[in-house]
Amino acid sequence: MKSKAIILLVFAFLSCNKKAMEPVDYANRSRITLSFNHVVGNQPLSLGNTTYTNGSGEEFKVTSLKYFISNISLTKTDGSVYVVPQDSSYFLIDESEYTSKAPIITTPPGQYKQMSFVIGVDSLRNTKDISQRLGILDPTTSAADMYWTWNSGYIFFKLEGNSTISPQMDKSFRYHIGLYGGITSGTINNIKRVSIDLNPLGGVKVNDAKNSTIFIQGDVLKVFTGKNKISIGSNSVVMATPFSASVAENYANMFVHVKTTND
Amino acid sequence: MKKVATISTLVLIVAAFACQKEIVNQVFSFKSPSYFPKPTYHFATNKITDAGFALGKKLFYDPLLSIDNSTSCGSCHTSTSAFTHNDHDLSHGLNGALTKRNSPPLMNLAWSSTFMWDGGIADLDLQPIAPITSEIEMGETMENVVSKINKNPIYKPLIYKAFGTNSITGDKLLKALSQFMLMCTSTEAKYDSVKRGQAKYTSVEQEGYNIFLAKCNACHNEPLFTDNSFRNTGLKTSILNDSGRYVITLDKRDLFSFKVPSLRNISYTPPYMHDGRFFSLSDAIEHYNSQVVNMPTLDPLLKREGNLGIRLTKDEKTKLIVFLKTLDDRSFITNRKLAE
Repeated sequence: MKSKAIILLVFAFLSCNKKAMEPVDYANRSRITLSFNHVVGNQPLSLGNTTYTNGSGEEFKVTSLKYFISNISLTKTDGSVYVVPQDSSYFLIDESEYTSKAPIITTPPGQYKQMSFVIGVDSLRNTKDISQRLGILDPTTSAADMYWTWNSGYIFFKLEGNSTISPQMDKSFRYHIGLYGGITSGTINNIKRVSIDLNPLGGVKVNDAKNSTIFIQGDVLKVFTGKNKISIGSNSVVMATPFSASVAENYANMFVHVKTTND
Repeated sequence: MKKVATISTLVLIVAAFACQKEIVNQVFSFKSPSYFPKPTYHFATNKITDAGFALGKKLFYDPLLSIDNSTSCGSCHTSTSAFTHNDHDLSHGLNGALTKRNSPPLMNLAWSSTFMWDGGIADLDLQPIAPITSEIEMGETMENVVSKINKNPIYKPLIYKAFGTNSITGDKLLKALSQFMLMCTSTEAKYDSVKRGQAKYTSVEQEGYNIFLAKCNACHNEPLFTDNSFRNTGLKTSILNDSGRYVITLDKRDLFSFKVPSLRNISYTPPYMHDGRFFSLSDAIEHYNSQVVNMPTLDPLLKREGNLGIRLTKDEKTKLIVFLKTLDDRSFITNRKLAE
């Protein structure tokens, strides 16, 4: 008698928990580490101290470099594309936090020849309910300084530093680039997708026993010199303005593949 | 055997109740009048409960939400002024600092799909982050606010009743604030009574209503008395040089456009306009009659047939004001459930 009641009770409680868990075949997954390293031309990036020179001949120091990567996908040698599930595909790369620079994704085993990712946060996630903005996307915690409160949306890419050429009182320069196209009315869309061909410097070969690392290098100088020449003297603060599109066009080309290790 | 069935049924009933513990004692509920459009707020992801409302109200009036524990949401949004700051043109913030704009009244927010004078925020749940973290307004970080609330023993039972947890997270805190603000509905003005057939306009009110329908309803359209659009009303540019909606859309056509404010509770909400430049209703209406400045982005409705503004005779102006006073909702500004 009692046991029947207990079974019923258990059943009733289970029925509350509507969300059925998707079975994940962990045994059949491989880990790929995306290792991000930053340089300024031919020098390593060091926050705070080192003086660099940009394409306009302006000397500057970098105090902060942070950006979101999201919507990662990998193309196999047979041409099929594996899209990393949305909820495991948002990372905040922060030069000042070593561990943030090596996000890990899991993929089905196989050989991959190309990877791509978005610099920033897609419009869909930019407009999600607050309860679905967890971890690094939570504007009340981790994303607080990567989020515009007055123009709801994430800052995709943030580069800050100082330069004697800056007209600002504190000699700072600040590039905060966001804008996903707007929700209630259209505006600039600075979402950039980066595609990286892994073939020339070694693709990914993963099977269930292997871990691979894709080494990606981002060059800060490219933010100043690329499609557009950007000078700190003329543009020391770039945020939600039309000019932000020029900065985004430049940083979209700052990443190169360095090597891949398959161990 | 019968006993087994009884026990099982009882157990099932208990279990079923356990599934829906959030809907208890709902006495003060959100109501949408039949002549209102469908609310735009996403109630599906934030169901209003008495406990959620109570927590939201406590948070709304708590100066703990500011860096020096000096300023609450209610400091610039007082219930007796339909949740705006009476007599202040530009809102004040920390240490007497001035913001760029006049704090808007808070009412009928469930029917609003954009917030702030420039519409930069499209979700009520995200709205409070702006004033809380603004250096001139409340100067806090959300993380700090959450931590202060969780350390304060007064909040423990409120949080538990609202969300069944011992501590709160940022998203839940924002949802509770939304619950309070959503309940700030103003639907009991004389206009509403007339709409429901419970009252009749005086002949002057009726004449004023007819003038309103002919000359104002295109933007301030009833029953919300705003069409939630953004328009340049030809206000002379001030020293603040506030380009309005343009800063959000970066579209030159939006230069100097601001959200059309609702006219409900208009007697309780002076001064008027985004920068509070007009201290009397008469001055605000006179702007449309004789002071509209022509500029490339001026709203087309304000330059019809080569005339700038909306012509109103002195008599029309008086009658219009008489009608506008039927939008005052005394029960809203005196509602104890919403007051501090």
